[in-house]
Amino acid sequence: MLKFFEPNKIFLITSKAPKYVLALFIVVISIGLMEALILSPEDYKQSHSVRIMYVHVPAAWITLGIFTSITLLSISGYVTKIKNFFLIAKSLAPSGLVFNIIALVTGSIWGKPTWGTWWVWDARITSMLVLLLFYLIYLIAWRIFEDKNQVLKITTFITICGVINIPIIKFSVDWWNTLHQPASISIFSKSSIHPSMLFPLMIMTAAFALFSILIFLMKYNTELIKIKNKGLDRL
Amino acid sequence: MYGRKVKLRFFFIIFILLSLILSVFMVLRSLEENVVYFKSPTDVKLIGELESKKIRIGGMVKKNSIEISSNKVNFIITDYKNEINVTYSGVVPNLFSEGKGVVAEGYLKDKSFFEASKILAKHDENYMPPEVKKALGEK
Repeated sequence: MLKFFEPNKIFLITSKAPKYVLALFIVVISIGLMEALILSPEDYKQSHSVRIMYVHVPAAWITLGIFTSITLLSISGYVTKIKNFFLIAKSLAPSGLVFNIIALVTGSIWGKPTWGTWWVWDARITSMLVLLLFYLIYLIAWRIFEDKNQVLKITTFITICGVINIPIIKFSVDWWNTLHQPASISIFSKSSIHPSMLFPLMIMTAAFALFSILIFLMKYNTELIKIKNKGLDRL
Repeated sequence: MYGRKVKLRFFFIIFILLSLILSVFMVLRSLEENVVYFKSPTDVKLIGELESKKIRIGGMVKKNSIEISSNKVNFIITDYKNEINVTYSGVVPNLFSEGKGVVAEGYLKDKSFFEASKILAKHDENYMPPEVKKALGEK
């Protein structure tokens, strides 16, 4: 059953795959940027500042997705004691952190001309900042705890604490009055974004997903090399 | 296929998760007052006693209610049930307009009069090109 997790086989994939992913990423991001910056129409209300959304929303989705994946992987790793899960989780974290920062910064840039403020302490924005702190705690924990068994338990616990924040982020705009607008896209109802704007949004999401896969593969590859060099740590 | 230990660890995690969710839920429930970013005009109506504390009121800018005099902007915030008069001097954000969302920060003079020191525009979840908006408006 665990043949798939053989380090040598994975290493073969992670050392070759990045260049193909990079090529695909460049293609998708060029289409996405062209759609988002030139071809898509301006908004009736906010005119060209709507284009910030094409970076902001995908970044926010990806960072939420990555944290959820990290949690599921850490829990699986803890329950089954397969260390590879932890390695995958650890390698996913940096791109999640980067996209979290991107979402906060672009949101701030968008907020200034539209809302009239860089920052407010409403539920959505504050919970997003809490997620950023959890990413930082998670990544720092990997660095400061030397003992292998200890670090696996601690990072799992951190992700479990952090994952409670994920539904809070998602539903904060529905549960409480927030300055942040409610979700425009829902699985169950018609989206309130016009199709001509939805298309670039989806392309940009695909591009960002590819980017995080790329960073993940490179990071994972490095982790595997580290283990090979040490020669004592077995997956 | 899975040993007893694996099952135990699984339930251990589930119980930790459940207890954390419950405690966070309780904390948020009790902090509800502070988690909401703004009050609606109806909430203001229900306040027992006026406090001289800075508060935020949010809702829609009532149609045809914006009056701009020399350096003052007056308008009405409504939630379609109750209304509140707002006066403000300063620059309003780009998205501030009639029939759109707004959050005003400032002090209540009385239950239907609010003096704002800051105005924030609240955007809604609708995104569409101007032509589509026009077409919708003509319907």
